[in-house]
Amino acid sequence: MSANRSRRKFLKQSTSMTAAAAASTALGTLGFPSIVSAQSGPIKIGIVHPVTGALSYSGQLSRLGAQIAVSEINEAGGIKSLGGAKIDAVWSDAQSQPQIGVAEVEKMNEAGVSAILGGYASAICLATTQAAAKYNIPYVVDVGVADQIVERGLKNTFRFAPGYSIVSREGIKYLHILNTVAGKPAKTVVIVHEESLFGTGTANLLARDLPGMGYEVKEVIKHANPTRDFSNIVLRLKAINPDIVIPANYYDEYVLLVRTMRQQGFSPKAIYSVLGGGASSFKFVKQFPDVANGIMDCNHWYNAKDKRAIALRKKVEAMKDQFFTYEVFLNYQCVYLLADAIERAKSRDRAAITDALANSTWDKHFMPYGPTKFVNGQNIGAMPAVLQVQKGDIRVVLPNTLAEVEPVFPWKA
Amino acid sequence: MLELSILFPALLNGLTMGAVYALIALGLTLIYGVLHIINFAHGAALMMALYGVYYLKDSAGIDPYLALPVVIPVMFAAGYALQRGVIGRASHGKDENILLVTLGISIVLENLALFLFRSDTRTIDTPYTLSTLDIAGAMISLPKVVAFGGALVTAAVLLLIVYGTDLGRAIRACAKERQGAKLVGIDVDHVFAMSFGIGLACLGAAACFLLPAYYVNPTVGNGFVLIAFTVVVLGGMGSFSGALLGGFIIGIVESVGGLWLGESLGQIGIFLIFIAVLLFRPQGLFGAKA
Repeated sequence: MSANRSRRKFLKQSTSMTAAAAASTALGTLGFPSIVSAQSGPIKIGIVHPVTGALSYSGQLSRLGAQIAVSEINEAGGIKSLGGAKIDAVWSDAQSQPQIGVAEVEKMNEAGVSAILGGYASAICLATTQAAAKYNIPYVVDVGVADQIVERGLKNTFRFAPGYSIVSREGIKYLHILNTVAGKPAKTVVIVHEESLFGTGTANLLARDLPGMGYEVKEVIKHANPTRDFSNIVLRLKAINPDIVIPANYYDEYVLLVRTMRQQGFSPKAIYSVLGGGASSFKFVKQFPDVANGIMDCNHWYNAKDKRAIALRKKVEAMKDQFFTYEVFLNYQCVYLLADAIERAKSRDRAAITDALANSTWDKHFMPYGPTKFVNGQNIGAMPAVLQVQKGDIRVVLPNTLAEVEPVFPWKA
Repeated sequence: MLELSILFPALLNGLTMGAVYALIALGLTLIYGVLHIINFAHGAALMMALYGVYYLKDSAGIDPYLALPVVIPVMFAAGYALQRGVIGRASHGKDENILLVTLGISIVLENLALFLFRSDTRTIDTPYTLSTLDIAGAMISLPKVVAFGGALVTAAVLLLIVYGTDLGRAIRACAKERQGAKLVGIDVDHVFAMSFGIGLACLGAAACFLLPAYYVNPTVGNGFVLIAFTVVVLGGMGSFSGALLGGFIIGIVESVGGLWLGESLGQIGIFLIFIAVLLFRPQGLFGAKA
């Protein structure tokens, strides 16, 4: 009993100490200068990503994309309508956990940010956008593909890239085109997905819509994050022997799944993922060229013929150990989208920036989207592309307007 | 639908994982047998050992298997010092205190790891990480086969120590009758610390065998502690052969369960066994009736 009481006392003391420390920090370093900087000086933008934790690989690339854009904008003279105010990015880490993301939004609000950008994972975006809505902070979602993110009527939330219902709808459409042109060799499908919002939601959409197009979904297999052993899942795949395997998971698990499939000697007619890692990742293609060859992915992709995209790709690839992934270019573009809105808002005011985003018709990007048009927070022109790894490079194969090369389907290993 | 062709590889996968579970459980059961407490810091200690193996590979380029002669003595020394310097002193001769102290150590270690290594999930890539061995048509990953062999060898060494040396005799004497051991001149504190050290040394070995095909993050130990605890209860508290057999059973149950019920639900079998053992055979497979 006494141990219990002293523990409670200890907790109480330590909580109040932490609170006091936090309050003094806020007063000492953050609160006061933010009042000054509200009228002049740099404009504060919160940029949150899962920089550590299970999603750190994607989170760090996301941050990189945002960093490049912020420094480019600042070097080019900042926000001109605000007298050349520089962007002062408040870099924050959601540690791959939604609740930490929420805490970070609270901190960014205290720091007096005018807008927030990022989130990366659906589960994190869902939590952070809601937390930001409480303070009417405009929020640009960089990736977060779950439909729910823009379906809750939050006026502050804007997503530049397509959500998973758009991507899976387009993904199924393109898969059907590929299969029909090839004489319909593929009839059966197994979906392997990760357990959180993104994987589960995508898998549900695919499992709902694929049968209507004449495909039999033999099984939907869920796995945890992180998973370090896919032997059992691949054993099941071998037993079912589907024509197509559709993975919907994050990078590490995608890589391990595909490598284990190769290890166990299982090669279906196609590995066609929807929003899933490999065929959109230069890292994967570089590290495991033989395993990567032929895999397909319906995912976020830039217009590969656009000079600005090619220039950015060169810039990123010149950096040590960095890869030009959708995390990088989507965040890069989202910073510019937000900068355009602030430019037009001519204000640091959150409501003014929210209005500017809502009326955005921004077209100076290299994505195949056309000018931005937000309906309920979703950029309705946003579309994915189908990619295939061919000869050690990622090439766009569909839609025809963007295609660099002809698709190879089914793939002959 | 469930053909023999996939059941067999799943069984082998389960056996290999079971060997690692057994190794972790052996350390736990040894500490339980002698000190009569469940070491709650077991998972945290395993996590620390995994980080040790990770950094040896990442910074010094030492292969995890070659790290065995480094990690095992370090873990042994850490265990010895921990029991002698912290747990033994703080317990004041009361078993329930030891329980709380180990719980405290686990919290400290986990948060220390969070602070030092951050919450990232880390893996190492070795040339053999994805190599396979063809066992009667089943492709079993090489690190798992090595882990299986390594766990058996470590278990054999442990049994040799416990049943073939003076130290082992002293350990068993302390486990049976603390006061009696003291009366015949055994340095009980030393034996306690040795047992704790050997228990953690088992974790050092387990870490070296695990990491080539696994990952490490600050909370990685929690999953193992629950499983190791189930293994110990299933085999009988303090029983070595029980821990070995229990490890294999749990490994197979997990693997086959995963095949049938899916990865997320597959582990349910382990905890059903745990409850069933507590209900119908609380002394475990090899435990003596209380």
